[in-house]
Amino acid sequence: MLRDDVIEYSLDAHHSEEQGKKIRKKIWQVTAILTAITIFEVAVGATIKQSSDYWQVVKWLFIGLTLLKAGYIVLVFMHLGDERKAMRYVILVPYFIFICYLIFIALYEGTALGNIWTLYRA
Amino acid sequence: MAGHASKQIDSKTLWGGQMSPFSTSYGKLMMWFFLVSDALTFGGLLIAYGFTRHSCQDAWPIGEETFNSLPFLGHGYPLIYVALMTFILIVSSVTMVLAVEAGHRMDKKGVVKWMIATIIGGFFFVGSQAWEWSHFIHGSEFGKIELEDGSMAIVKGHFGEVENFTIFEAGRHHKVGDQITSDDMDLDHEYRHAIAEGHVENNVITLHDGSKANISKKDNEHMELMIKTDGGERKIGDHIKDHDLAAELYNKTVNAGVKGNVIFGANLEQNEYGPQQYGQFFFFITGFHGFHVFSGVIINIIICLGVIRGVYHKRGHYEMVEKTGLYWHFVDLVWVFVFTFFYLV
Repeated sequence: MLRDDVIEYSLDAHHSEEQGKKIRKKIWQVTAILTAITIFEVAVGATIKQSSDYWQVVKWLFIGLTLLKAGYIVLVFMHLGDERKAMRYVILVPYFIFICYLIFIALYEGTALGNIWTLYRA
Repeated sequence: MAGHASKQIDSKTLWGGQMSPFSTSYGKLMMWFFLVSDALTFGGLLIAYGFTRHSCQDAWPIGEETFNSLPFLGHGYPLIYVALMTFILIVSSVTMVLAVEAGHRMDKKGVVKWMIATIIGGFFFVGSQAWEWSHFIHGSEFGKIELEDGSMAIVKGHFGEVENFTIFEAGRHHKVGDQITSDDMDLDHEYRHAIAEGHVENNVITLHDGSKANISKKDNEHMELMIKTDGGERKIGDHIKDHDLAAELYNKTVNAGVKGNVIFGANLEQNEYGPQQYGQFFFFITGFHGFHVFSGVIINIIICLGVIRGVYHKRGHYEMVEKTGLYWHFVDLVWVFVFTFFYLV
């Protein structure tokens, strides 16, 4: 194999009927997990109000569950978990570093701006 | 997914220019790079939303208060509708991954079956979003009201339906003594529209043709007001739970006959839910996502036609299905984040 040829790599993705059965089982398992998480989120969101004392816990729980859902979608449905490690890191690491920075700076600045508006509103 | 990705290859062969270090075809790799850049766009939008929300602090609307309606069933179902939309999209993602799996077994019939299911799911989602937009634009039954001290409040309660209008001053179309009932027009809609325009004063409505009519309407019940903008007396977070007081304050505002005192629904300039930017972010983020879903459906249809014609079967592999699958899953992935940050928290 001397060239990066579309057909050669694509043929490698083929699998047999038995392997397919296992893969389908995994897909349905992940479906059940994603559905359960969504139902749980809505149930919690409808019962615990934002004014509640537990809201901070619930908020971080929601964010954690979202990342869990995203992980299942990216790694199983998009098959990134089955790709080479090098490719996985090329896709995920730069994105996460940049996004984390952006979240930090935007929320920090947003809060500061809000405080200034509150201070000088009168 | 067995094959090259999981095979042991010594690093000299792998990185020595003999093959792709990622063991992936060019097309699939470029799809991934496109998705990373698209993810940055959506990340940027959601982070801009977070920035604005943090700067507005308590004035920001709460998802479960804003989105609590279902088609045909009315109000009082917080988040159920968006949860249903999320479920539809997750299911269509599942059918897509099943189509990809069938492609890996060269099972043409399976690919067609699951792709059609995916396309149907996609159309369901786009349709749901259309309803959601329509509902957001038209707004609630009560709207957002401005109280005498300048504070703004959103309203909860049961809307007493309008029974009829009785004309007492003739206009171009209606005569004195005419009674307009729900057979003639959508009275609730007409009533709300007149309130927004400032055409209701002391229980008298001025209709489009200039005639004036007395309003016969059932009382609103279980009224509550939640202050969302500071005024002279009332501050953000105040919650008027006394039904009678809330109803009195509401009726006063509605019957003042001032245009702009009551706002229904949303457009790009104002909305009844919260700060101006809230509506803009709603339209832009869900709109941009909906556009992605729509284009995803179109791409799926095109690829599905290719599958039916046997293009990929002749080629010996179904990688095109895999690539559109990546795009389709990405759309689902974005919605998971929109669902959390726009509706849940």
